[in-house]
Amino acid sequence: MAVKTITGDQAVAYGAMLARAEVVPGFPITPQTIIIEQISEFINDGLMDADFIPAESEHSVMSVAIGASAGGVRTFTATSSQGLALMYEMLFAAAPIRLPVVMAVANRSLGAASGIWTEHNDSVPVRESGWLQVYVESNQEALDMTIQAFRIAEDRRVMLPIMVCLDGFILSHVVEGVDIPEQAVVDRFLPKFSPVNVLDPRDPVMMNPVTPPEFATEMRYQQDRAVEAARVAIAEADEEFAALTGRRYGGLFESYRMDDAEYALAGLGTWAGIAREAVDQLRSEGKKAGLIKLRYMRPFPGQELRQATLNLKSLGTFDRSAAFNGYGPLFTEVRNALYGSGIMVTDHIAGIGGRDITVETVRDMYDIVERSARGEQVRDCTWHTLRGEMQ
Amino acid sequence: MRSMKDVPREDILTHGHGACPGCGYAVTAKNIAKMLGPNTVVYVPASCLVVFGALYPYSAWKTPYLFTAFENTGAVTTGIKAALRRRHIDATVVGMAGDGGTFDIGLQALSGAAERNEDIIYVCLDNEAYMNTGIQRSSATPFGAWTTTTPAGLEVKGNRRFKKDIARIVADHDVPYVATLSVAHFTDFVRKVQKAKEMRGFRFLHCLTPCIPGWRIEPSKGVSINRLAVETGMWTLYEVENGVPRVTYKPKVMAPVTEYLKLQGRFKHMGEADVRTLQAWLCEKWRANYGEEAPSPPCVLPPKEEVLAHDGDTLYGI
Repeated sequence: MAVKTITGDQAVAYGAMLARAEVVPGFPITPQTIIIEQISEFINDGLMDADFIPAESEHSVMSVAIGASAGGVRTFTATSSQGLALMYEMLFAAAPIRLPVVMAVANRSLGAASGIWTEHNDSVPVRESGWLQVYVESNQEALDMTIQAFRIAEDRRVMLPIMVCLDGFILSHVVEGVDIPEQAVVDRFLPKFSPVNVLDPRDPVMMNPVTPPEFATEMRYQQDRAVEAARVAIAEADEEFAALTGRRYGGLFESYRMDDAEYALAGLGTWAGIAREAVDQLRSEGKKAGLIKLRYMRPFPGQELRQATLNLKSLGTFDRSAAFNGYGPLFTEVRNALYGSGIMVTDHIAGIGGRDITVETVRDMYDIVERSARGEQVRDCTWHTLRGEMQ
Repeated sequence: MRSMKDVPREDILTHGHGACPGCGYAVTAKNIAKMLGPNTVVYVPASCLVVFGALYPYSAWKTPYLFTAFENTGAVTTGIKAALRRRHIDATVVGMAGDGGTFDIGLQALSGAAERNEDIIYVCLDNEAYMNTGIQRSSATPFGAWTTTTPAGLEVKGNRRFKKDIARIVADHDVPYVATLSVAHFTDFVRKVQKAKEMRGFRFLHCLTPCIPGWRIEPSKGVSINRLAVETGMWTLYEVENGVPRVTYKPKVMAPVTEYLKLQGRFKHMGEADVRTLQAWLCEKWRANYGEEAPSPPCVLPPKEEVLAHDGDTLYGI
């Protein structure tokens, strides 16, 4: 084991190399670009035995990935924001064809109010594409989850593509000490890719012929069951990875100071680090605050979340994207999961377009959740840090 | 393989597919697949072939087959080839796209694959419009042709643009092999497919494939129309091998374009002015392709308007 001081993007690249990805199509887009640059360096330095394919767009990147994965090799790529949007069509091919492609998404705001800074409105809207989605908090987690992602995606019970989402710049461009696992350890954790169906002239199969109404429902249902099965694969991967490296992430989500908590916040991404600090402050003030660091958006841990919040009076959700329907997307998922439990749920939108989220911002969120826990009427959805008259 | 009698008997795109009787697309795809043989992986983007070649749980393909979308033939085939190469499987990877999927929406992925000199065969089956969606104009549609988006209206009659020269665009990527094919010139056809099969790197086969309902033609006339396309200069048979262009068949005389137009209902509304415009364009093209003045009579005496024979009501397969 060796600790290297590297960016989140580089950590992802190390993960792809250690996972022995064989085909890596890529197209540059900030803040993902470092990933494909680093992989290109690994390959040209002879450290990584893979083909880097410089496609001419992200649409083609995902198309190459689909071809390569259907051809039976472990396939990795990375993108962000507009790039993910350009891939949109092909995301919906990769999942139903059951191709276990792993893709890192360096989260960045999508569309007008154009910027290159972090927001979850690129990956969160494609949660219905059939891809699994995991969100990470640190560069170490980015590396570890890139490796785990292959194991989960290629699990015979799952066979689905997966996105490893890391906050743009906050992780992608910031250096941290990252423990790089030994190749032998990763090889033990991640066996050689053995696909179910392969495009091979010696044993011809047809993949994705036009499918009439008589069969399409069953195909979608199997996809749905595969996402469900991923819960087990995720838990097993977390266990085994912990046994080999000592790093455990809690699977679908991580609970922090939840044992006796009366109110809590739940959210995705690097925000959790700031929220932990806020919880510690509140605890030192004698308040029973807790935190749920959600890790997976798909499969969404509905039942598990319900179990973990049984003793709460109020739960807030942190959304780093808007749904333009009164609430953020994560809120909708969480309130659906907790429907009928009697727990008050409020939404907290912040960090849009890369705006900094401070401990004070998160404490403002906790303040609203605490008031709600006391039975006070509060707004269902609050946009935090709004300027001036918009507040 | 040098001629028809050398072509393997075993079909790869077998009988039982759902193409229209007389479909030029099917007969071309079927013959190319046959010559490429069983050691092939086929990618088909959105096109008629996606619909008539395989419908779950049936498939007319004896080779592995993949479909995903419309515009990505160059990219998906790139990925398949990369995977096969890494798995040490020496098989031909072929993408069979239509003109819309090649000239228009697929141009970017095609250019990417050509520029990277991917080791694949890209077949463009060109029926000169979006036929699968019901005959809409593409940039492969010839001047004057009726389609549902270039209708023969009271003021504007048919397509106003000339066909894009896609083979030249691909050849300008400096790829190993580009060829234009016509099933009516079968010895030439066989030789070109065989050459493509034996070469490595990016190979582009551009095939003219008459469409029975889209061109408003008799199902028995596809091959004759293919032949007339070459005789009138509407289609030119050539190849570009490692940058060296060569005409592979030159008609002895240039047939007037009206010979071609009158068999097809898609041109029946064309007036004298449009026919003359098309004929003049063909004469230019003849000069550029064959390096000589187009022979008389068509280019000396512009054709007079004549009543086109076919009524254009053939709607097989729709």
